[in-house]
Amino acid sequence: MALQLIIVAIIGITLSGVVGILLGKGFKWEQAITTTIVIISSVLGLIGASIGIFSEATTLKLFYWPTIGGALIGLDGLSAFFLIPVFLIGGLGALYGMGYWKSSEHRDSSQKLQLFWGFLVAGMGLLLIGRHVFSFFMGWELMAISAFVLVMTEDKEEECRKSGLVYLLATHISTLTLFVFFALWHYATGSYVFQPIAEGALQPGMLNALFFLALIGFGLKAGMMPLHFWLPGAHASAPSHVSAILSGVMLKMGIYGLIRVGLLLPTPPSLWGGIILTIGAISGLLGVVFAIAQHDIKKLLAYHSVENIGIILIGLGIAYLGRTYNQPEWIALGMAGCLLHVWNHSLFKSLLFFGAGSVLHSTGKRNLDIMGGIGKKMPTTALLFLIGAVAISGIPPLNGFISELFIYIGLIRPIALGDPNAIGLAMVAPVLSMIGALAAACFVKVYSAVFLGSQRSEDLKPVHESPKIMLIPMGILAVLCVAIGVLPQYVTLVLESVIHQDILLSIVPLKTYSAFSFGFLISIVGLYIWMKFRSKKPKEVLTWDCGYAKPTSRMQYTAASFGNGFAIMFDWVLHSKVHRTKLNAVMPDRVNFESHVNELVLDRLLKPVFRWTQNASSWFGRFQQGASQNYILYILIAVLILMATLVPYKEWFVPFIKN
Amino acid sequence: MINIFNSLLVMILALNLLALGSRSILSVIRIIALQGILLGILPLVLNEGLSIPQLIASLTAISIKGVVIPMVMIHAMKNIRIKREVEPTIGFVPSSILGAVITGSVFLLTNQITAGNGNYVNMIIPAAITTILVGFILLVTRYKAISQVMGYLVLENGIYIFSLLLIEAIPLIVEMGMLLDLFVSIFIITIITNHINNAFSSLDTRRLTTLKE
Repeated sequence: MALQLIIVAIIGITLSGVVGILLGKGFKWEQAITTTIVIISSVLGLIGASIGIFSEATTLKLFYWPTIGGALIGLDGLSAFFLIPVFLIGGLGALYGMGYWKSSEHRDSSQKLQLFWGFLVAGMGLLLIGRHVFSFFMGWELMAISAFVLVMTEDKEEECRKSGLVYLLATHISTLTLFVFFALWHYATGSYVFQPIAEGALQPGMLNALFFLALIGFGLKAGMMPLHFWLPGAHASAPSHVSAILSGVMLKMGIYGLIRVGLLLPTPPSLWGGIILTIGAISGLLGVVFAIAQHDIKKLLAYHSVENIGIILIGLGIAYLGRTYNQPEWIALGMAGCLLHVWNHSLFKSLLFFGAGSVLHSTGKRNLDIMGGIGKKMPTTALLFLIGAVAISGIPPLNGFISELFIYIGLIRPIALGDPNAIGLAMVAPVLSMIGALAAACFVKVYSAVFLGSQRSEDLKPVHESPKIMLIPMGILAVLCVAIGVLPQYVTLVLESVIHQDILLSIVPLKTYSAFSFGFLISIVGLYIWMKFRSKKPKEVLTWDCGYAKPTSRMQYTAASFGNGFAIMFDWVLHSKVHRTKLNAVMPDRVNFESHVNELVLDRLLKPVFRWTQNASSWFGRFQQGASQNYILYILIAVLILMATLVPYKEWFVPFIKN
Repeated sequence: MINIFNSLLVMILALNLLALGSRSILSVIRIIALQGILLGILPLVLNEGLSIPQLIASLTAISIKGVVIPMVMIHAMKNIRIKREVEPTIGFVPSSILGAVITGSVFLLTNQITAGNGNYVNMIIPAAITTILVGFILLVTRYKAISQVMGYLVLENGIYIFSLLLIEAIPLIVEMGMLLDLFVSIFIITIITNHINNAFSSLDTRRLTTLKE
């Protein structure tokens, strides 16, 4: 039943864009009809997935395909858990897109965007219910290619084309790695179906090969640290609701792959968990450090995705180690943190991207240093963005805190109970707390630079509040963020059903926390109402301006200056490039200051390596002259060389040797 | 029968050398048409008895390779009104000599590989390899697009000779498919040739290098 609902939802979402194209560009209600189909299908999918979380695992043969044995699909708690953000953000994003990317304003790209939005959501749905390499890859490629088209929506811009190309390369490397993985899988197990490998059935070398291929293939899609290079550019160039689904949902497909592979492989060696934990810690820390140094609000949010993927991987690492040392408690806490953070991140990151899109829609700019004072003109957006910012920083009473709480307890509790294997886990705890602190600092910077103060630059468009159709999806996401934060014990029931353990509530006192959290929330709301309705209005005065007679809004503290303290602290990895003109007189002329940070992997490693390879291999260019005769000659030479291997040279010389 | 078969093969090899050495495109087309007809006869001579499917296959091969394709090509040549000379990179005499050297050395080498493998096989493999290599030489040394098509045809003939080895294993339908393939590709190539002529006002494939990125 649940699975059938999800199949109907996937088909509906796939067809939504096709319906839009059939209706034609001129038709007035085309976008509304397309969006309605997406939303109805998403609701069906959400119902199906919610039933699926609490029911037994099922499988179904979708259709028969003789050569590979049929497209097997299925639903279990894990798939259903990941399907919920897919359909939620899929539906809300389409609704948001109606306001953000109106078909009347973007005639040439709106239909393309709607069509591939549907394909992207359907692809992710299909890969999550795939139980056979064939159905899995169908979904995976549909997702990867539609995401490419969506990133390239504004393909008239140079920067967009560049990041689209980088994304395409990255996603193909990922797919190729997974091809190798599944070929090896078939070689080792003799089947393309996702079935758990029995203990001791395979050699450790084969298992290691499988694991590391999966880690690279899925890790590239998830955007973990050394393989995240495609992520900031792609997320910054795409339209905001596309960035939201890419960052909030598509990255999680990589995480889903790692969890699924972990379930299929037998008991892992401690090396695997250790590596995931380490990568998680590195991604988390460097992600947030690079985020602080960004000036572009969407790039900043994209680096925060790297950070959050790091946190999710820390949780996953705990669970892997828990399997190694046979500690159900570690598995429960690690998986709970990992899974809940998947949900949470999809909620607040989509909320933040929607908010950033709202600002971008209104001001037309992405640079943090020229905004300011927008909160007064867009109060609802500002409030919703604030909720997202508090949630992503992991501050109670919102949802980000709960998932990080599970992970903290998972990191610290084993060593508190005196487990000798847990020293490595405890070492990650301070890193996680540092990530949290830096994330909070980063969002203080974003929020204050964009929404507080006064407008810094005159060349912004006149700012206006976004239409309701953009605010409603943000509102729903914000309510969900608060709901998970205030009532975590009910979400824990979902988690316990997915991970098949019911010890979470006995370890973490969530009911007590919920009461405190509720009180906290009520007092905040009360404080807000009191501030709003008290008779004495606050007085507007200038800040102290060092006695300068004519202060302007450009003298405000900027985002870059706020972030500079952290940038100096982490300059050993950031290597900020600063260009400034020296002050050389008492009354100096006009001076300039500019700073930017190069991408760690893309700009500093991959581009130089590729440039070097290109230069080193330029000699081969002479063989590519464009003359077909030459190419045929190369084929002829290759054929002759191959034929020459058939010649029995040995027999020719044998008579001489004998004599 | 073996004698007739072998003498047909020798004639095909001789036609290879003629194709390498002739100056006018029209005569190359005729040589290749003749080669196609001889190839069509080959399978009939190979077996003692005659079966209807074999007869059909042979007749189709003869009509396509010997009649239809040459006609299409002659038609194309008339359409584009080109100078009817071949324009090779290396001269006619050197390329004939090269062809002869290749024929000789292939026979020498394959003799060693397939020594004592039944009677007619001895001849098929070297003849096939030689024809394929001659096809390659035609492809590499001719500049005009239409004479490259001839190279392609000779190459294809070589592959056809190879397939005689498997004459009992290949079903009729596959053979028909191969012929259809050949016909369609020649058809397309002549159309492309026409377009090249229109776009570059010449059939010299050296001009295509401007298309290089």
